[in-house]
Amino acid sequence: MTPRDACRPDPDELLRRIQAEEHAEGSGRLKIFLGYAPRVGKSLRMFDEGTRRRARGQDVVIGAVQSVVSDDITRAIGDLEKFETLDVPAIIRRAPHVCLIDELARENPPGSRNPQRWQDVNELRAAGINVVGALNLQHVCERQDAVEAITGRRAKNCVPLSFMLSADEIVIVDVPAEDIAVGAGNLSAAQLTELRELALLLAAEVVEQGIQHYMDTHGILESWGTQERILVCITPRSNARPMIGSAAAAVRRFHGHLLALVVRQAKLSEEDQASLAENLQLAKEAGADIYEMEASDPVSAIVKYARENRVTQLYIGHSGRQRWKIWSQSLAERLVAAAEGIDVRIFPHRDGA
Amino acid sequence: MGAGERQGKLKIFLGYAAGVGKTYQMLTETRHLRDLGHDVAIAYFEPHARKDTIALTEGLDAIPRKRYEYRGAIFEDMDTEGVIARKPEVAAVDEFAHTNAPGAPRVKRWQDVMEIRSAGIDVLTSMNVQHIESLNDQVWYITGIRVRETVPDWVVREAAEVVMVDVTPRALLHRLERGVVYAPDKARSAMEHFFTESNLTALRELAMRQAAHHLDAKIETSYEPSPWFRAPAAEKILLWLTPDRSCAALIRRAWRVADYLGASCTAVYARPDSAGVEQWLRFCRELRIETYCVDGHDVPRAIVESARRRGITQIYVTRAAREVNLLVDLARDMQVTVVAERVREK
Repeated sequence: MTPRDACRPDPDELLRRIQAEEHAEGSGRLKIFLGYAPRVGKSLRMFDEGTRRRARGQDVVIGAVQSVVSDDITRAIGDLEKFETLDVPAIIRRAPHVCLIDELARENPPGSRNPQRWQDVNELRAAGINVVGALNLQHVCERQDAVEAITGRRAKNCVPLSFMLSADEIVIVDVPAEDIAVGAGNLSAAQLTELRELALLLAAEVVEQGIQHYMDTHGILESWGTQERILVCITPRSNARPMIGSAAAAVRRFHGHLLALVVRQAKLSEEDQASLAENLQLAKEAGADIYEMEASDPVSAIVKYARENRVTQLYIGHSGRQRWKIWSQSLAERLVAAAEGIDVRIFPHRDGA
Repeated sequence: MGAGERQGKLKIFLGYAAGVGKTYQMLTETRHLRDLGHDVAIAYFEPHARKDTIALTEGLDAIPRKRYEYRGAIFEDMDTEGVIARKPEVAAVDEFAHTNAPGAPRVKRWQDVMEIRSAGIDVLTSMNVQHIESLNDQVWYITGIRVRETVPDWVVREAAEVVMVDVTPRALLHRLERGVVYAPDKARSAMEHFFTESNLTALRELAMRQAAHHLDAKIETSYEPSPWFRAPAAEKILLWLTPDRSCAALIRRAWRVADYLGASCTAVYARPDSAGVEQWLRFCRELRIETYCVDGHDVPRAIVESARRRGITQIYVTRAAREVNLLVDLARDMQVTVVAERVREK
């Protein structure tokens, strides 16, 4: 059995996952238009889609729209049927095929059935209604720190990333910063450009999760490498600092993902254990996902882990020559030979050669 | 072409497949600029029998195509000299990655666009992410299709703006089903091959990341992580060209990593391999990678020694190279990256 076969998901597990999917199929679909700042045109795109869907014969209603709308949006809305407030029971009774909901991150007025609008959306979906909504980057909870670091401001309301990930489709509304700089919340073109990059990367992350989910549920164990994922293999004697430093820098440039793996071997000296703990601390500080395992055959364990985690680059260190010569040489060589489809970057040992 | 003429700005509408709406968005912008009072012209437009898109060209000045005769056959293509003579402020040029008709003065449309920009004309253009040279292997790995019409990354990098034109794969597949993108028989065959939901999803993610990467260059990071998380100030990557077939993938991969890390990228080959690496030398020239040659009987040693002299921090080599293990062992004082050959199992 090759390492690849060894980690294919168990068929029963697969079946369970697919059944769970089918079960969810009775619920309404969610599609989100994501913008990086006000005025990029996401609401316009949403209403435009609503109008086109109705023209194709779908039953479309507007569940919520901003109180003040531009002429463009008024035109895009046209004569679409509109609810004055987001009245969940009324919409469920009306049972449209599609419900358009602007500003997904809004807080509901006190006394509403749900505190947050995105919770209303979940109810509508549970009732089998498809929802198309619009959302700004600053309103994604998990991105609020990053947005605040750029703009110095923090929006009051937000939707959890898990809500975004529950969407069936997400569309990024991308416009050069210069095209919207006038009037986009008093932000400079440079600030808007940073927000724009964050939004693109968020969308890429959501898409990546979708791919991963698809592959998991279809039992495909393959990396398409759309995102760079770097795995640093840590041993007590490897020169971990430059390896982790380079990996962290590369991950930052690639907007990728950092992983660290320790294959524990029996009978480590106290000195080696201390050194290993220090290396693990470095990896943690660098933001790596850390995994420890015991294995008698480190090469196949590393390759198996790398495949399961869709690693694109593997970092390993030469071990010291004197003490480990035979074994270490074969470790690097054997890893290169076994890690088909993965780039292997070999670092010098801390004692020089 | 006046000397000292300002270089026209380039704006690329980036998509991930036919039918996502690149041309539509490009023409919408062209109209918008005209409405603002700019002198605009369509330099090249491929109608693909799409009604909505064709409607957008109405009332816009279109520069007639030029006819080329080649071995008795007639081909049509963009009239670059005509565009320059007409000299609008902004020219819309569809299909940036297109290979020109035989007999045309330049091989690739992106070369024509360079000419047009040299004449001080701004250019709006459209392309798909799979045409970016350094992504060629990855696209092949995902889709099984080897894209022949590619644009070198440095050309894309010259763009002042890269705008992601996004539509979800599901919506795109619906467009195909409705016959908006291709005629029905072509649409069916497309959906069985290239236009599968998984292919489209992966390409779309690549396009999003590519558009984000383009913005990196504009952004001066507002926060700096602690010093040791930074890569060494000047990474210098050296790639070892060998006659192996997988060397093309090595070149693209090393170039791409160097681009992201802000590293320099040079290529070396051994004199005895001169004939075998000729095609790679040509490829390096296209990508603007500098190359040099080393002598010596012990090739891996000569490579490593020249790398030391040049202060190289990382050597790139393909896994297929015969002497890869010797190199790894000799270069124990520097970093070596062994680039994987990728094999499609599908």
